[in-house]
Amino acid sequence: MHPVPCRVRSVVRELDDTFTLDLEPPSDGWSFVPGQFTMLYAFGVGEVPISISGDPGDPTRLVQTIRAVGPVSDALTSVAVGDVVGVRGPFGTAWPMELAEGRDLIIMTGGIGLAPLRPAILHTLEHRDRYNNVTLLYGARSPGDLLFAEQLQQWRGRFDLEVLITVDHADRTWRGPVGVVTSLIGRASFDPETAVAMVCGPEIMMRFTIQELERAGMTEDRLFVSMERNMKCGIGLCGHCQLGKFFVCKDGPVLSCAAMTGACWTREV
Amino acid sequence: MSEVFDLLVEHPFFKGMSAEQVRVVADTGTPVSYREGQTIFSEGGHADACWLLLGGDIALELQTPGHGPQVMQTLHAGEILGWAWMFPPYRWHFDAHVHSDTEAIRFDGPRLRDAAEADPVLGFELMKRFTRILVDRMQSIRIQLLDVYSTPR
Ligand SMILES: Cc1cc2nc3c(=O)[nH]c(=O)nc-3n(C[C@H](O)[C@H](O)[C@H](O)COP(=O)(O)OP(=O)(O)OC[C@H]3O[C@@H](n4cnc5c(N)ncnc54)[C@H](O)[C@@H]3O)c2cc1C
Ligand code: FES
Repeated sequence: MHPVPCRVRSVVRELDDTFTLDLEPPSDGWSFVPGQFTMLYAFGVGEVPISISGDPGDPTRLVQTIRAVGPVSDALTSVAVGDVVGVRGPFGTAWPMELAEGRDLIIMTGGIGLAPLRPAILHTLEHRDRYNNVTLLYGARSPGDLLFAEQLQQWRGRFDLEVLITVDHADRTWRGPVGVVTSLIGRASFDPETAVAMVCGPEIMMRFTIQELERAGMTEDRLFVSMERNMKCGIGLCGHCQLGKFFVCKDGPVLSCAAMTGACWTREV
Repeated sequence: MSEVFDLLVEHPFFKGMSAEQVRVVADTGTPVSYREGQTIFSEGGHADACWLLLGGDIALELQTPGHGPQVMQTLHAGEILGWAWMFPPYRWHFDAHVHSDTEAIRFDGPRLRDAAEADPVLGFELMKRFTRILVDRMQSIRIQLLDVYSTPR
């Protein structure tokens, strides 16, 4: 499967090291489901998996949010409007939007983990009547590291979405909570017997979060995480992204904790 | 029974304790309120109390040279402030700064310690609850120290 060349329509600098690209899809548009990713190719440098962070209801835009951590992401975050990048995909499994219908939904995320969950949030807001209480619990490093800060502000203004934000460190000018994201669980309104939780962030944060959600009464069949493993082919052929019995590119990235039992937190190879 | 007892007996923190045990704890408690900007205690000061927060927000802070007070954690309604009253040398490890007007029950530390010494069953019930707070805070601080959201380079 070859990369499709896509022109960069806009570049938004979200944080010092994090940028959102809006890519022009091929003429028939991109359809994707929340949770999926693409393999983004910086020509001459390399290819990496990046989650789609845009609106699943709008196939005319392929929106991806990238943090510069190494050679490929550096190249992808240095592109300008009009440049061309290669795209393969979309690949991978979806957040369980249907399972969550008629139930309370907890969306728990930290750092750049908000990007892979933004399509799920946008989908929920677009079909708000299908869900009961919807709560976004978001943890960031500091007040200056809040991703999509403007949009978070808009979401906080809504009556049909509870948004709780905490940061790991702050000075007194920050009026909100300080502490790890799990410290927000007690303030969220959800029925642990039936609610569905979608969790995305650094792996340590996800492990800690799953433990705390289980302590709050949730069971692993209703807990979902988005796993990250280094990838090469993106289509289940090379085995590079193996996590226990799963290939993250094909069986994931979104996996239920029940399915992952045993393989759950296998260390990266 | 007292107003404090009525509050405690319904509170998840005291769930599982007998009415008599809750009454002994309630007898050491007094309703208090603090205004935004007040300091409830300061690092190094004598730890002689703990609080059940009923409303408002408290910031636990550390003074850092050149950077002023840094907030390590905030506590909110329903949470317990203060565990240092339980362990010698009974000194506070942080400053507790009132972020927004706060209502609380203040428990007298020495009286709680005496009650726990006199009745080891009550003492163990309290120890289990305060140890849970300590474990939770230790876990949280570990994660914060790992700085998991920083850029891996
Ligand atoms: C399914 C999936 C979805 C992803 N979605 C996004 C996304 O939406 N936005 C985004 O910015 N990134 C995302 N990533 C992560 C991204 O693919 C990697 O960061 C990629 O390795 C960057 O390549 P690089 O060449 O720039 O850096 P590399 O040379 O691969 O890595 C540079 C440094 O970063 C560390 N590192 C790489 N990836 C991670 C990671 N995931 N967590 C912690 N440390 C890491 C490496 O160990 C190394 O020290 C996703 C990964 C997967 C598997
Ligand atoms: S990346 Fe090749 S099998 Fe998953």
